[in-house]
Amino acid sequence: MTNGWVDIKNADMMLIMGGNPAENHPCGFKWAIEAKRQRNARMIVVDPRFTRTAATADLFVQIRAGSDIAFLGGMVNYAIANGRVAKEYLANYTNAAFLIPEGFALPEEGLYSGFNTETRSYDRSSWNYEAGGKVTGTGDTHGPAAKAGAPAALPADVAYDPALEHPRCVYQLLKKHYSRYTPEMVERITGIPKDQFLKAAEMYTSIRKDGDMSRVGTVIYAVGWTHHSFGTQIIRTAAILQLLMGNVGRAGGGVNALRGHSNIQGATDVAGIFDNLPGYIKVPTPADGNFEGWMARITPKPSKPKEWDSFNYWSNTPRFAVSLMKSMYGEAAKKENGWAYDYLPKVDREYSWVHIFDDMLRGKVKGLIAFGMNSVAIGPNSSKNIDALKKADFLVVCDIYPEETSDFWRAPGITAEETRQIKTEVYRLPGAGFAEKDGTFVNSARWLQWKWAAVPTPGDARLDQAVLAGIFLKVRELYRTEGGKFPDPILNLTWNYTVPGNPPLEEVAKELNGRALGEVEDKASGAVVKAGQQLPGFAMLRDDGSTACGNWIWCGSWTEAGALTKRRDPADPSGLGIHPNWAWSWPMNRRVLYNRASCDVSGKPWDKTRAQVWWNEAQKKWVGNDVPDFKPDSQPKDHMGPFIMNPDGVGRLFGPLAAFADGPFPEFYEPIESPIANPLHPQQSSNPVVKKYTTPMDKYGTAAEGYNIICTTYRLTEHYHYWTKNNPMNVQLVPEPFVEVPAELADEMGIRGGEKVKVSSVRATYIAKAMVTKRIKPMVVDGKKMYQIGIPIHFGYRGIQEDAGKTARTLTNLLSPTVTDPNSYTPEFKGFLVKLEKA
Amino acid sequence: MSNGPLQIKAVSGQAGTPPGQGASRDYDVCKLIDVTTCIGCKACEVACVEWNGYPFRETVFDNTYQTMPDLAWNYYNLIRFNEHTTPEGEFQWLFRKDGCLHCADPGCLRACPAEGAIVQYSNGIVDFQQEYCIGCQYCVTGCPFNIPKFNPETKKVHKCTLCSDRVGAGLEPACIKACPTGCLHFGSKDDMLDLAEKRAAQLREHTSHKNAGVYNPAGVGGTHVMYVLHDIENPEAYGGLPKDPRIPLLVKIWKGPLKWLGNLAMTAGIVGVAVHYLRFGPKKTEGGEDK
Amino acid sequence: MVASRRSFIRTGAGVIAASILGFDVRPAYAQAKELKIARTTETRSTCPYCSVSCGVIIHTLGDKAKNVTAQVVHVEGDPDHPINRGTLCPKGSSLMQDIMNERRLLKPQVRRPGSDKWEDIGWDQAYDEIARHIKKTRDEGFIETDAQGRKVNRCESIAWNGGCTDTNEFNYLVVKTMRSLGLCYVENQARV
Repeated sequence: MTNGWVDIKNADMMLIMGGNPAENHPCGFKWAIEAKRQRNARMIVVDPRFTRTAATADLFVQIRAGSDIAFLGGMVNYAIANGRVAKEYLANYTNAAFLIPEGFALPEEGLYSGFNTETRSYDRSSWNYEAGGKVTGTGDTHGPAAKAGAPAALPADVAYDPALEHPRCVYQLLKKHYSRYTPEMVERITGIPKDQFLKAAEMYTSIRKDGDMSRVGTVIYAVGWTHHSFGTQIIRTAAILQLLMGNVGRAGGGVNALRGHSNIQGATDVAGIFDNLPGYIKVPTPADGNFEGWMARITPKPSKPKEWDSFNYWSNTPRFAVSLMKSMYGEAAKKENGWAYDYLPKVDREYSWVHIFDDMLRGKVKGLIAFGMNSVAIGPNSSKNIDALKKADFLVVCDIYPEETSDFWRAPGITAEETRQIKTEVYRLPGAGFAEKDGTFVNSARWLQWKWAAVPTPGDARLDQAVLAGIFLKVRELYRTEGGKFPDPILNLTWNYTVPGNPPLEEVAKELNGRALGEVEDKASGAVVKAGQQLPGFAMLRDDGSTACGNWIWCGSWTEAGALTKRRDPADPSGLGIHPNWAWSWPMNRRVLYNRASCDVSGKPWDKTRAQVWWNEAQKKWVGNDVPDFKPDSQPKDHMGPFIMNPDGVGRLFGPLAAFADGPFPEFYEPIESPIANPLHPQQSSNPVVKKYTTPMDKYGTAAEGYNIICTTYRLTEHYHYWTKNNPMNVQLVPEPFVEVPAELADEMGIRGGEKVKVSSVRATYIAKAMVTKRIKPMVVDGKKMYQIGIPIHFGYRGIQEDAGKTARTLTNLLSPTVTDPNSYTPEFKGFLVKLEKA
Repeated sequence: MSNGPLQIKAVSGQAGTPPGQGASRDYDVCKLIDVTTCIGCKACEVACVEWNGYPFRETVFDNTYQTMPDLAWNYYNLIRFNEHTTPEGEFQWLFRKDGCLHCADPGCLRACPAEGAIVQYSNGIVDFQQEYCIGCQYCVTGCPFNIPKFNPETKKVHKCTLCSDRVGAGLEPACIKACPTGCLHFGSKDDMLDLAEKRAAQLREHTSHKNAGVYNPAGVGGTHVMYVLHDIENPEAYGGLPKDPRIPLLVKIWKGPLKWLGNLAMTAGIVGVAVHYLRFGPKKTEGGEDK
Repeated sequence: MVASRRSFIRTGAGVIAASILGFDVRPAYAQAKELKIARTTETRSTCPYCSVSCGVIIHTLGDKAKNVTAQVVHVEGDPDHPINRGTLCPKGSSLMQDIMNERRLLKPQVRRPGSDKWEDIGWDQAYDEIARHIKKTRDEGFIETDAQGRKVNRCESIAWNGGCTDTNEFNYLVVKTMRSLGLCYVENQARV
């Protein structure tokens, strides 16, 4: 979230789409209700189903699953066409004014300039800013156009037209691009009748009527947007809408991802994912060659109009990276060995989640260690994952309940003879439940909250860190005594915990914050941190080896003052829901990101009643109720961009160069399995850079084969993923799986509620009882009548009801396809094609 | 909410002034359910079962999100789910937390012949005291909302206590505390009436719910659990909330003009029980009974 | 509260009146139940489910003295928490059933190749065997240089899959250990 949970109460307008917070984040959703109660805020809900969120909305619009970009693109078009944009914000805080060189082409026929049909990827060098100075009207720029084949870098001196009139400025290109998303086109693609779309567009953009900047709108989403082969670009479209309307950085605004689990925000921050190191440092590639080469590639240089300023905070990347290497390898990370650069694996292809199972099925991945991760159930294409595990040598599962993954060798449908043929050795280790663990989680609002253990682990179960340490220390001992391939990083990894076999998490938390190894001085303030002391914040990080820090964005969470994550002062002096002394949020306890943008160019809040930060001319610094997410002494006249993590300092309507794999502006593409050809460009229906997988387990269905019903998958408020099927209370609330079937379709097929139905995708079949409902209505998409059905994900083959033989023992994700978004590598769990029959 | 033990205002099956009445008068308490902000999440159901420590029931899928068809002796609190289309054609998914309304004039208490089995505290909570319940189920007949539920194993009747144990200790009821959206409120009856009226007015003024109103039916003397409804003219749409609930006439007569007769009958009944006891000894307690 | 004499008399009269019919109503003064959290130890924790991260209070019997094993009797929302303000959803409200759950895994087990059952295994033996698997697989599949002769030092034959309720500190230990083994397949619920 750019903002936070409590902050939603500051909204005047809410667009909830691709998320169902009433069901999946009920206690956070209270703040949306609070906005309605306290401010008469309006709520628009757009979803394939009439959900429990929709039940409290002012306007509900039923959309075809996966057509979100068309809807949002239509909103962008509406906002521009009706002048519902924030002009000052747009011209100064976004790249609307920046010029794009000739040679860049919009995807009229579905492809941007630079597409290579063989590699199915883009040469993105034409997706760049033009160099030069200020221009007016359609006048020429002073700089040269980008040369094809030249090393792609953003120009230092960007050409720009503050009047936003130049035909090649981002704003004009954006306007042209989305002018194709007319209400009629939106209706054809999304199935939303034109009048309903216009009602939603009018309502949402009404807050910017007549250029009034006082009101704020928020966009709230979740995996309904990420679970697509173009998920990143859906979120981008929303970000563009929010930037256009000047809603980012402001209390009650922003683009707010509601993450689905208690600590996947933290897992992303600390890089439990293949393409990052802690703090979003990009992993090194073989081509980088050495530490300097790595840093040169990933440390951006400022790119902005000459008259503007850019903080370009990522220019500090070497400080973050060296401090990380010092944290991991201590004395073994020296300037002379490139800070142990060789110790890091070099990554130049995708090693994402679905690739694990694809490569395991191909015999390349031979071992899997899964801690609290039920890979088989989570899917997609569960039978592919089960078949992959059959080929592995070993599987280690650490969990708290019996689950599908460790029991894959006796999944339904596997005969006794087949079980004998499965040679995988499987270890099932009992780990700790939440009440038994201390440590921190990061919530969606980026708050790190320490929790305390209430009870010991039951039976012979152990804390997860004890299990991991037990395995690792044994591996290290083997390498120490027997040698082996490249043992150096294993032997030199820092492990100075007081209890090495069960590292106290407080010590790890302090390591993550970081400490000074030598004396460090902050030249500006004169502050000194002595060797051994905890660092007060990431401004103190150094690239000379004098600081160690496990995750730079969490630097400041455990200082010499103690664990800020343990703070529990609920006070909220400003009344804006900031709660500055409750726990700690990254970065540096800033609660709303980009909050400089809550002020006009001169540094005054757009809305005085929701003043977050402001420029204090007397003190010559930024002050406020929140911690300024900005260079504290940058004067407004210097025109520093509020988006300090971007080298251009501005919000990106246009995502230049390598920012996105599939286009600098989001374009609507059909899901990989779609009932229609894309009405915008039928010859390029789906996302051109998305690759299908090719194992025999990978099949993709078409409407022509009879898969003509759109299926979406989701959670219920009564259950949590594949976990609460072990909890008798939750099982009591919803005892068994079901398929939500539109009443009209049920009538046509003679299906009554409670009767069993069979749902088939080209990959598998799923049988469960039908819930016949009026909450999903038929739609007319591109002139054709269509139905959508929905299946909750929560059941499997191990659970209270499953073990008692009282319910079907099937996984919803047997149905979903292995295909992912090209930017985030998240699978398309929503909007695939199925057949529906009576079972 | 009060400090110290709750004071009793009325006791079932009992003649004369209730003991303790007037000793202390805490303000009337009230639960307000704003169904327009209810998300049907069932947190209140779970909080209720968890607090009361009741055993789980086996449920079956019944073509609805509703946990079970009706309240149960160990399930005091049930969200009723209804798909509804208004006369204007607007589709609504209505959620209503069903449970005891703690009537100011409780039909159950009026109907109950067992001394002390149903008490009404001075703060308005109507509470069943199972140790005095004789299992006659007259309270079920007396209730216009079909709330009390009989446990056939223990032969006792149960219903929402408004967490009288928590309220007595200065806490709010468990469902109130859990409710994620704050559609449940708890406070004095006056405060809740005020809040409810303001919310209904806000809905009428700022949303499409021009018939929003407060459900606090006069037929039972008003209630200590009230609703804000999108459409006060159509409470039946919310899973059978009666538009004009009244205590059954028979119950009124039974505990009104004929009260002396009832007491006489009760006395006769007790004498009968005593005779029975003398002849056959104490009744064997069945297994599984809560003690 | 101090009962006034007048109320005492009235109460006494009520009891006497009731007694005429042969009842003793005094027990009706008592609360139906004693407050079950009146004497518990409260521990602040965070709900393990969604990303709202509601504050929860775990009520345990026993004061955490060394010789006592705490027993969870109730879980409720933390009223001080700025986000949930004491509220909990149906999953959070049922956390006690997650903590006190008879389905919990309580001992390490192994399923041998070709076997159709779980067998118990000691922790130390499990660590030994898993470490041996990891070393063998890593040593056999370790890639020092790629096809172009560039140093890559990666182990592509082992994958890590992290869960959604792993703490930050645990996850950092994962990054440290798995990256030092050369793993590229370091993935998490965060991806899907």
